[in-house]
Amino acid sequence: MTSTILIVGGAFLASAVEMVEALTIVLGVGIVRGWRSTLIGVAAAGVVLAVLVAALGPALGSIPIDTLRLVVGALLLAFGLQWLRKAILRSSGYLGLHDEEEAFRTERMQAAAAGEDIRAGLDWYSFTVAFKGVLLEGLEVVFIVIAFGSAQGQLGLAAAGAAAAFVVVAVAGILARGPLSRVPENTLKFAVGLLLTSFGCFWGAEGAGVDWPGDELSLLAVIGFFVLVSLLLVRALRRRRVPSVVAGAET
Amino acid sequence: MRYLRAFGRFWWSFIVGDDWRVAAGVAVALGLTALLTYEGVDAWWLLPVGIALLLADSLRRATRNANASS
Repeated sequence: MTSTILIVGGAFLASAVEMVEALTIVLGVGIVRGWRSTLIGVAAAGVVLAVLVAALGPALGSIPIDTLRLVVGALLLAFGLQWLRKAILRSSGYLGLHDEEEAFRTERMQAAAAGEDIRAGLDWYSFTVAFKGVLLEGLEVVFIVIAFGSAQGQLGLAAAGAAAAFVVVAVAGILARGPLSRVPENTLKFAVGLLLTSFGCFWGAEGAGVDWPGDELSLLAVIGFFVLVSLLLVRALRRRRVPSVVAGAET
Repeated sequence: MRYLRAFGRFWWSFIVGDDWRVAAGVAVALGLTALLTYEGVDAWWLLPVGIALLLADSLRRATRNANASS
């Protein structure tokens, strides 16, 4: 039960973060250059992602669960530690915070400056930017959903978490008619980094043959451990930080 | 060939990211855990501790470079 709630919640949060970024790209292009080609680009990327999930999901079912957990754990750890590392650097002032308003402004400026190129009846700039943006952010969602779902044999639940995130972000975007800059994105990324790392650690160790004391409940202890370690690292880095701040980076 | 390289670069950046030592460390930590477990030690503690050390070391290197360049 504990892991089920965490899987749905983790898939929801991770997907929401990626979808907020995809929404900023789509809105930036659509508002400046029109919606038809932009939305066709979004739909095309959606089809590619759906095919990917449909192909990979059942295929993973044939892999022995321990092997799957070892591989998924290793991938989640490598991937999650990137998020956590950047989140800690941001929180301690070494990296600039991600600013959705600024990303939106940049996207709009680039869309306005791009020349006109009509191919197959589409505004090619709008189509390709929307397609790439949704595909790249969506690939991370697909990766997380498949990793979370397959390692616990609950692909449907992880997908439901991602689908709920899609609905919430899409509705919020339509209502706001702008980037969701009020979403505490940096805090969410910190939380997602913690969840990815904790799940990766839990499943990776299980795949390597470990029996966790307390079974599923130890997942909560693992999360608590990484929360503590991360907060201590943020505190230590803040103390030794020199006044000048390194330029920002994206995740 | 160009597309293959771009494809490889994408997955490298997606999985490994800025610090390849972290990904390599994860592989080593998982391997050690599997080895100890195979030898009869329930090494559930090894991976969390190893990951915390890897994270701290990666951050130390990243911020040392940042401090040195400022």
